[in-house]
Amino acid sequence: MTFILQLERVRKAFGGLIANKDVTLRVPAGKIFGLIGPNGSGKTTLFNSIVGHHPIDGGSIRFDGREISRLRVPEIARLGLLRTFQQTRIYGGMTCLQNMVISVPTSELGWRSMFSRSPPEDLRRAEDLLDFVGLGPKRHLRAGDLSFGQQKLLELAMALMSRPKMLLLDEPTAGINPTLINGLLDRLRRVNQQLAITLLVIEHNMGVIMNLAEYVYCLAHGELLAEGNPEQVQKDPKVLDAYLGAR
Amino acid sequence: MKAPPFRHMAVAAVLALALLVPVLAPAYRSQLALLWVMIVFALTWDLLGGQMGYNSFGNVLFFGVGMYACVIIQRDAGLGYFTGLFLGSGAGALLAAALAALLGSGILGLRGHYFAIGTLGLGIAAGELASGWQFVGGGGGMVPPLFPGEVGGRETFFYYLSFALAAVTLPFLRWLYASRFGLVLNAIRDDEDKAEAMGLRTTRYKTTAWCISAFFLGLTGGAVGNLLGFVDPREVAFAGSTFGVWMVLMAILGGKGTLWGPVIGAAVFHLTKELFWTYLLGWQRVALGLLIVVIVVFFPVGILGWARERWPERFGHRIDEAEAGP
Ligand SMILES: Nc1ncnc2c1ncn2[C@@H]1O[C@H](COP(=O)(O)OP(=O)(O)O)[C@@H](O)[C@H]1O
Ligand SMILES: [Mg+2]
Repeated sequence: MTFILQLERVRKAFGGLIANKDVTLRVPAGKIFGLIGPNGSGKTTLFNSIVGHHPIDGGSIRFDGREISRLRVPEIARLGLLRTFQQTRIYGGMTCLQNMVISVPTSELGWRSMFSRSPPEDLRRAEDLLDFVGLGPKRHLRAGDLSFGQQKLLELAMALMSRPKMLLLDEPTAGINPTLINGLLDRLRRVNQQLAITLLVIEHNMGVIMNLAEYVYCLAHGELLAEGNPEQVQKDPKVLDAYLGAR
Repeated sequence: MKAPPFRHMAVAAVLALALLVPVLAPAYRSQLALLWVMIVFALTWDLLGGQMGYNSFGNVLFFGVGMYACVIIQRDAGLGYFTGLFLGSGAGALLAAALAALLGSGILGLRGHYFAIGTLGLGIAAGELASGWQFVGGGGGMVPPLFPGEVGGRETFFYYLSFALAAVTLPFLRWLYASRFGLVLNAIRDDEDKAEAMGLRTTRYKTTAWCISAFFLGLTGGAVGNLLGFVDPREVAFAGSTFGVWMVLMAILGGKGTLWGPVIGAAVFHLTKELFWTYLLGWQRVALGLLIVVIVVFFPVGILGWARERWPERFGHRIDEAEAGP
């Protein structure tokens, strides 16, 4: 099995607080894996470590066969490893369509093409992807005027626009209308199968991740507490303790 | 999206009027030449300040560098008046752009207020340097060569030259803002961290934007040095407390981050300022100061920004989803 993402003993501390304590985790290409854990267990910090948001204090991170732990955020993004934000980040002053067309792979933004308008095929793909996440009718609206849940969907569509190899999704269902969550999970599966994008998904909600991921890592207090298929992890007394203890 | 025909007609009418100024209002040629210069100031400032969200208080540096470079070439290169002026302005523009590239790689790494403060010293430092440098005339500044034409020809020439500068800058920026480059600038303005997370080479784009801004300011510097007939390091070339501040105000007054906002802001500001100087002699600076406060307090989004909030549909913004289609 080839692993597209491999973390070995990744460590990150904020002053005295160890937010990631020697985390080792592997994601094979083409799969959907989950990362769970109670609030404050270090999940978002781990994503930040992976994408180069901050330097790590120890360990190694390999993506697609190369060490990336010293690269900066845009360099890692250009390798095809993209993340979405728990707090959701979009370009609020621009329309949804503009958000999309400027999210094409940066390899397509050479000097020449930079100073031209977006080609029609980009517009078409942007509209298709907006339709895919259900934002088609909103494509001319200012992204900043969308609801939080809609912004999350837009952020996902923007990530897809840039044709990544792998996506790190930070709580993609948070703030989404509960009646729409099943539809979103279904889309994430299609992203994985039809577009062949590997997914690592942070979820706070156990039920959701059990439904989506085929393998789950569980963090607590910055440490890897358990891993395995969802049924195993769900029954693991350590995991249950961590979740109950955190309440 | 097609512009409505009345907008084309309005633009055509303004153009015709602008071209006829030397015939219709010869007495106002110099004042109106400065109006076009102010429009270039506001437009070039807005490229960073409005479109990209980087408030620069140091853009006057590029204006001054262009001015000095042009006048030095006119003085030392032994060319004819017009050849010297055009080659000098061109060289000044390139030098200003090169300087922006050099400074940009450092200062544009700063975000938000830090960038604004970092640029604040640029104009002041340059003014001090120029005042102490005898090769460029020191504190006394420089005097460009005399205009060779007949009496009155000078004003008309510089009126059209200033007009041409604005008439090149505006369509150029319009084209730029419609390109993907313009979208990247807006993306940086809205969320630079997101732009980086999407893999955009933000530093490269920010620096390029500053170079473009510097290029047009440098070009304008040469023309203005000759138009005014003298180059003073602190009062004209690196006049941070007048030109440098006005650039920012005019863009804000008209509406940051829009194409026409800076144009409108520059026109309103320049005309008001000229009226103050004519009718409020002695109090003109106080009145100008109060005007600045009023602008910042009551027009935080500018004239065009205000109009856009009131009538969003007129500006091509959709506020509901009923409307679909390209
Ligand atoms: N930039 C930071 N500086 C200091 N502490 C931080 C920072 N980011 C996260 N933390 C701390 O690290 C811990 C893990 O946070 P986080 O990774 O956001 O958890 P999760 O995403 O699992 O809810 C928390 O205690 C949080 O307060
Ligand atoms: Mg989190």
